[in-house]
Amino acid sequence: MTVSRAPSLAALLVFATGGAWAGGTGALRADAAWIRVLPGDLPAAAYLTLRNAGDEEVALTGARSASYRRIMLHRSAGVGGMEGMVPVARLPVPAHGAVRLAPGGYHLMLMDAVRPIAPGRKVTLTLIFDGGREKLDVAFLARPANATGP
Amino acid sequence: MLTEMPPDWRSCLARRTRRLILPALAALLCACTGGSSPSWRLTDVRGHLPDLRFHLTDGNGQAVSGETYRGRLAMLYFGYTHCPDVCPLTLSHLHLVMEKLGPLASNVRILFVSVDPARDTPAVMHEYAAAFDPRVVGLTGGESEIAAVAKRYRVAFTRGPTLAGGGYEVNHSSGIYIFDARGRARLLGTPGDSVDDIVHDLRILIAMEKDS
Repeated sequence: MTVSRAPSLAALLVFATGGAWAGGTGALRADAAWIRVLPGDLPAAAYLTLRNAGDEEVALTGARSASYRRIMLHRSAGVGGMEGMVPVARLPVPAHGAVRLAPGGYHLMLMDAVRPIAPGRKVTLTLIFDGGREKLDVAFLARPANATGP
Repeated sequence: MLTEMPPDWRSCLARRTRRLILPALAALLCACTGGSSPSWRLTDVRGHLPDLRFHLTDGNGQAVSGETYRGRLAMLYFGYTHCPDVCPLTLSHLHLVMEKLGPLASNVRILFVSVDPARDTPAVMHEYAAAFDPRVVGLTGGESEIAAVAKRYRVAFTRGPTLAGGGYEVNHSSGIYIFDARGRARLLGTPGDSVDDIVHDLRILIAMEKDS
């Protein structure tokens, strides 16, 4: 994958080979970013792989978007056969490491879409790291409800 | 207490469960049946869970019961439409199961029962079910009807606190209950079971139906 850099922009969206949408600035890179879109105004979930090429750990602490009014970082957790979600305050991306947000685990819960999102569209989320110390604009590919990946 | 687990913990858990529990169960079954029992990959619950029976409302607003779905295998799963991660993951896996079954899928229905009837109206359930697979039937009902079917299959669900914006989450049991065409409970799966394992067992059940 190639990552272009434009000094005038905080973030530049790039298209990754292999069909996944991704974005990258500095040491942080996003791959395989997708959203499972559900019918009507139901909440959706966003997934991606975050890679940190830097020497310091960074932590995903939230996200915002012009397309959704509220976004929460969650983890699905099963305990004793019960399924539920727990809020996640910070998700560390280790130095020279990666973290995966994937179905059944970490995800960004997207609520109150400003307008319906059709599968096939791209939706930009601004990922916020360490409470705003770093930001990354990532284009997520909207996929249908029954998709299993990007 | 929740502990940190990798995103693929569910399949790890399923593998571990299979490794520890299923050999014991298999040994027990062989002892009882002289080794003639099929080699199930899911948990054999025959005789341990009640027949498919409920009174609910389908996505068209029609009153339906367990008898409505006799004549085909049924996969029963409980969840709710405002669940953005695990319920869609499970239903998309069950969609893959149906795709892999090919023409045999006409012998199978997926019954998705809401544990959040306050928000999950028949119309919402209809649209939600159709987004996954044409063979998913979305079922909802009154609170007492939902409570009755949940109790019958020992499914627990609890409404979480109201969140900013007025929404809430519902924690719920995650079993996939599989019934034969006569409505008898046969197998129990989990969202961590692989598509291939579910397909494997459904093929056996479908073949058994044709032989009987």
